[in-house]
Amino acid sequence: MAIFEQKKTRTAPSNTQGIIPWIRENLFSSPLNSIMTFLGIVFLYWIIPPFVQWAYIDANFSGTTREACTSGGACWVFVKMKMDMFMYGFYPQNEIWRLKTALGLFIVLLVAFKFIRNYKISFLLLNIYFLVAFILVNGGFFGLEHIPTDKWGGLMLTVVVAAVGIICSFPIGIIVAFGRASDLPIIRSICITYVEFIRGVPLITILFMSSIILPLFFPEGMTFDKLLRALIGITLFQAAYVAEIIRGGLQSISKGQYEAADAVGLSYWQKMLLVILPQALKVAIPNLVGAFISLFQDTTLVLIIGLFDLLAMVRITAADSTWLGMETEGYVFVTFIFWAFCFTMSRYSQKLERQFDTNLR
Amino acid sequence: MSENIVEIKNLNKWYGEFHVLKDINLSVKKGEIIVVCGPSGSGKSTLIRCINYLEKFQEGSIVVDGVQLSDDIKKIKAIREDVAMVFQHFNLFPHLSILDNLTLAPIWVKKKPKKEAVATAMKFLERVGIADQADKYPNQLSGGQQQRVAIARSLCKNPNVMLFDEPTSALDPEMVSEVLDVMIELAQEGRTMICVTHEMGFAKKVADRIIFMDAGQIVEENTPQEFFSNPESDRLKLFLEQILSH
Ligand SMILES: Nc1ncnc2c1ncn2[C@@H]1O[C@H](COP(=O)(O)OP(=O)(O)OP(=O)(O)O)[C@@H](O)[C@H]1O
Ligand SMILES: [Mg+2]
Repeated sequence: MAIFEQKKTRTAPSNTQGIIPWIRENLFSSPLNSIMTFLGIVFLYWIIPPFVQWAYIDANFSGTTREACTSGGACWVFVKMKMDMFMYGFYPQNEIWRLKTALGLFIVLLVAFKFIRNYKISFLLLNIYFLVAFILVNGGFFGLEHIPTDKWGGLMLTVVVAAVGIICSFPIGIIVAFGRASDLPIIRSICITYVEFIRGVPLITILFMSSIILPLFFPEGMTFDKLLRALIGITLFQAAYVAEIIRGGLQSISKGQYEAADAVGLSYWQKMLLVILPQALKVAIPNLVGAFISLFQDTTLVLIIGLFDLLAMVRITAADSTWLGMETEGYVFVTFIFWAFCFTMSRYSQKLERQFDTNLR
Repeated sequence: MSENIVEIKNLNKWYGEFHVLKDINLSVKKGEIIVVCGPSGSGKSTLIRCINYLEKFQEGSIVVDGVQLSDDIKKIKAIREDVAMVFQHFNLFPHLSILDNLTLAPIWVKKKPKKEAVATAMKFLERVGIADQADKYPNQLSGGQQQRVAIARSLCKNPNVMLFDEPTSALDPEMVSEVLDVMIELAQEGRTMICVTHEMGFAKKVADRIIFMDAGQIVEENTPQEFFSNPESDRLKLFLEQILSH
């Protein structure tokens, strides 16, 4: 009778491990692959060293005036001197502490969320934060000077537009998605019409409509804040996309989940909010974050209706007669900020996905 | 007027043009165990799903525990608090832990304090023998364990009527008996049960009556003994031959 003998484990053959075999397998596996690798290297060589030379090696960091920029590389002095403009637009210099306080409180809030496990308290804190932040930024209460929204600008405006757009479009999108999946024909057709209308129109058009056409319907003399109009337009726009993404998530939930929720006696809203939505959101997270990243980038369009977001600040600051021709530095800086924000969101999305996933396994 | 806990009269249902249920009459007494069987597509699931109004019907009446079923949301709610259902594919909520699956409805529907809901849930998890899995998620359990959780979930509202729709037919053979054992215990406790199942061993052991359906009609209705030894219709004879032949 054969006796079972456990075989000793051996190390893998050395020609399949390590960096050289990896390069051979992944970069030079075929002639075409080799050519692509070669072209790629040439391209990087062509782009990166000159950029590093310009942006770092030859760049000027110190000084306070244009005259300090002598070495021929990037003049970061410009960005440094105009930093407040990039960040806060035309917000009055001696009120900027209010924005910094709002930001500081936000960081405190994020840290607090790490420790607070009770969702109700978290939600309450978040709402209190929004109220406090609004009072701080907008003023008009507690002796804080009112700062009209045409003074808002720069990164702060970009963040306000994106945050309001994301936060407000989310619940609206959920309700529209529910409406579209509803059994009631009237609600369903209203939701379908809304979504299909918005999706057929570019954001620019919606911004124009909300800033120019909408006021025509208001009674004479009634003014309506320009920023607020833009926010409403962007929220309605984004809500349609959120609704479609969530509808996709809803469709992935099996009929059995609805039936089980009905059978245990949950009401319609309990069923949707406690059973269906959490599962649908989990499926929808990657697409939702994708849509929110697009929205963050699309906020640059508010320039069209005369609001000065981060991107618009480049043109304004570079039009300053002492800093003429500094657009390149400005655009590189702004690009980096946009990238940093979007990359963070994308990373956060991956983290959320993993978190939800472990919950289910 | 009657001790009938479920009273179905002249029930007719159509899916579009398709007549699924034809003139169904069925009365179930409190504590009775009814087994429903029949070929695939005969309308068994549809029938028991009408009882907790997962399906609407066009004609006839269903009275459960004195409540006449209708579109009225309050009545539907009352019925669903009284009637529990166990599904073929378990339909546990995958995003909630086992314990949360059990306490969800008691907390939100019956507004029970969390502590009380947890205590009840643990009691029933113990009953079905999986109290040690309370903190896991449904996908971490075997099919048999999931179905036992589903049974425990349905017990949490202390239902007067329990509906089972082929509770064992999605299970691997070695898990069938662990679920049937739990069901047999429930039957012996005197709960009213209406089970769609082809587990004839179970039917023989606990059923008070077996109902045979075909093409949307109740063809025969009898005690287990008579049902197996003296099938009247040819249709049932053929059916029994098929399911008992192997
Ligand atoms: N939503 C629906 N729309 C249209 N027809 C349906 C629907 N649900 C079920 N049917 C049809 O109704 C008939 C009865 O279905 P039902 O699910 O009640 O059968 P069943 O006896 O439970 O069969 P099985 O043993 O396969 O579960 C079948 O012919 C089925 O195709
Ligand atoms: Mg069925």
